[in-house]
Amino acid sequence: MRFFFLVSSNLKRKKLRTSLTLLSIFVAFVLFGLLCTIKEAFTAGVTMAGADRLIVRHKVSLIMTLPESYTARMERIPGVAGVDHWTWFNGIYQNEPKNFFASFPVEPERFFLLHPEFVLPEEQKQAWRNTRTGAIVGRSLAKRFGWKIGDRIPLTSPIWPREGEGAWQFDIVGIYDGASKSTDTSGLFFRYDYFDEARAREQGMVGWYYVRVNDPERAGDVARAIDNEFANSPYETKSEPEGAFAQGFVQQMGNFSMILISILSAVFFTILLVAGNTMAQAVRERTGEIGVLKAVGFTNGGVLALVLAESCLIAAVGGLPGIGVAWLVAAGGSPAPSLLPVFFLPVRYVFIGAALVLSLGVVAGILPAIQAMRLQVAVALGRHE
Amino acid sequence: MINWFSQVASVTFFNLRTIPQRKGAAIAAGVGIAGVVAVFVGVLSIAEGFRAAMTVSGADDIAIVLRSSADNEMTSGLPREAVQLIANAPGVARTDDGPLASAELFVMIDLPKRSTGTPANVPLRGVGAAARAVRGDIRIVKGTDFEPGRNEVIAGVGVARSVAGLDIGETFRIGQYEWKVVGHFAGGGGAAESEIWTDAAVLQPAYHRGDIFQSVYARLVSADAFQQFKDALTTDPRLKVKVLRQADYLADQSSMLTEFIQTFGVSIAGLMALGALFGALNTMYSAVAARTREIATLRALGFGSSPVILSVVLESLAIALLGGAVGATAAYLAFDGFKAATINWQTFSQVAFAFTVTPRLLVAAVAWSVAIGLIGGLFPALRAARLPVAAALRET
Repeated sequence: MRFFFLVSSNLKRKKLRTSLTLLSIFVAFVLFGLLCTIKEAFTAGVTMAGADRLIVRHKVSLIMTLPESYTARMERIPGVAGVDHWTWFNGIYQNEPKNFFASFPVEPERFFLLHPEFVLPEEQKQAWRNTRTGAIVGRSLAKRFGWKIGDRIPLTSPIWPREGEGAWQFDIVGIYDGASKSTDTSGLFFRYDYFDEARAREQGMVGWYYVRVNDPERAGDVARAIDNEFANSPYETKSEPEGAFAQGFVQQMGNFSMILISILSAVFFTILLVAGNTMAQAVRERTGEIGVLKAVGFTNGGVLALVLAESCLIAAVGGLPGIGVAWLVAAGGSPAPSLLPVFFLPVRYVFIGAALVLSLGVVAGILPAIQAMRLQVAVALGRHE
Repeated sequence: MINWFSQVASVTFFNLRTIPQRKGAAIAAGVGIAGVVAVFVGVLSIAEGFRAAMTVSGADDIAIVLRSSADNEMTSGLPREAVQLIANAPGVARTDDGPLASAELFVMIDLPKRSTGTPANVPLRGVGAAARAVRGDIRIVKGTDFEPGRNEVIAGVGVARSVAGLDIGETFRIGQYEWKVVGHFAGGGGAAESEIWTDAAVLQPAYHRGDIFQSVYARLVSADAFQQFKDALTTDPRLKVKVLRQADYLADQSSMLTEFIQTFGVSIAGLMALGALFGALNTMYSAVAARTREIATLRALGFGSSPVILSVVLESLAIALLGGAVGATAAYLAFDGFKAATINWQTFSQVAFAFTVTPRLLVAAVAWSVAIGLIGGLFPALRAARLPVAAALRET
């Protein structure tokens, strides 16, 4: 108890300096938390990928379409447990380019079978089956535009104009949640039959396929079998595990996210340097007092612990709330929902952050603590500032 | 007045000379500010470089024509009859070979990135004979131009650098067709350098496109002819098109990513600046505290409070400017000209670009360090000026 009294009264000695140091550590850890969140957001697709799913797309480019008739042909291939197809719709709400989000026509039954990560109550699934113009939207998308079940929303698509003129009309029949926090709930799905009948061109063509395999171990064989099935046709395919596809997609952004992260971590450490220096200085100034403590019977170990406890306490009081605030900011939603739909601070980074807080405390405190420990009482008492 | 200046000068000089005694704290504050400036310049140089790559070739006297409902070339489509009408519209510059208008196709192909081997969306553009004259800044830097009618391509220097398999003589397959790379071209550092070009007439059948193009690029007789050209096309009942200046089109296509990086860069640097500010405040407060007796002595000798305030602020500014200069120089050396490639979500295609540290960025960086130095020095300076002389003289 007395020990903590000493630690806390040392911290209260120069309240201004202590609070400034606390604040800079606080800011450093807010930054740390936000960085981790952004990094996670960039790689969300990789985390989300199902291990037993393949993506099958046009060999030349993802933006080229494949015939819908491939569904039945792929289902006959041994090892295939299920197939569904998505098409990039590029829907825009209220004709305002800023109101862009991911939207896809899908076949509801196949969709639910292939994508258990999207969770929807049974009665909403049923409503979707019964409503031709029905659409389901993700929780975060619904929040972004304040949509509720029963709303009718108009979307326009620069890629898929409607037969005739005017916007596409969709009735929201369900709001889905993610099975985990890393699930992207910023999308809208609507019925392929409605889409195919009303679109002005390329009837019968879809964007890409997801294929579920019976045995993830044999995913490579199934992918080859699929590509062979369609080789030398006008629409050749390229199949790969969803994880590899998502990884490639992240790579498209290039060294970019890597560069950002390295710059930012470098700077995170400069702030820590600033804070660490101040903490070390605070100990150096008290040489005389430490001499007194030793003279009245504090052991070397006791002095070491005292100084370390002080620096760890200051790191914890500044750093832990910083991580907390970053977590709150991330929970408040993505600042750029169309670019970074998944935005949250994963628990593992909270632990990494806590470990960093502790190591900051130790690193900043260890040198002065060792100095304090080795201090000869006579020298310390004789030294005057 | 002269007396006041000499007071400021002597106190400031005195302060600056004592910095070496507090070098730990001063370096920490300086490094903090250098960090802020480096991040600020570094991140924003990405946005500047990307925007420059996208827009540098944008000209006011080049118009691009798309289908009216399209928001970029990829979602556009124009039949040959429309292309004819557009090429012959008023305002289009002409030479002996005909109007300077190029009907183009814009598709994506998957090619492996050089750095990772993972697929990248590379834009492949089919161009008409007039394409080079329309743009005016395309020149072959290696190899030869493609021969119309053959499955030959030329690659922009940017894409040739960032994507594998585009060296001269190499071939790649799209569907049933094999394409041979015969040359590399430069396009004034602009967006074209991220593209592969071939003859539109050869690309059409390869893509089962029929006789459809996606855009028409036209060189106008002058930038002022744009309105006339636009009005002629948009009022023509046979056409459903939209007409944009190339400069506006390119700026729009790069806006999403540029804005994102800018917002991101400024908010991160802002947070960092806050952290560095606390560091600077700490340094200056301890500098003032360490000199309590000196300051009190000066005051007792008759120095005014404003020279004391000013000297502390100047000291903090000196540290901040030094830190800022180090940070800006480091960022310039590390990032300027750094070659990168990323995907532009608006066009879904790879754009090769180089980080660009512009003078504007450096000026902004200096402004940030001045701001941190000023605020970081001001409060400690006020405290120094308010020290009660008698009490401070007794302080040990």
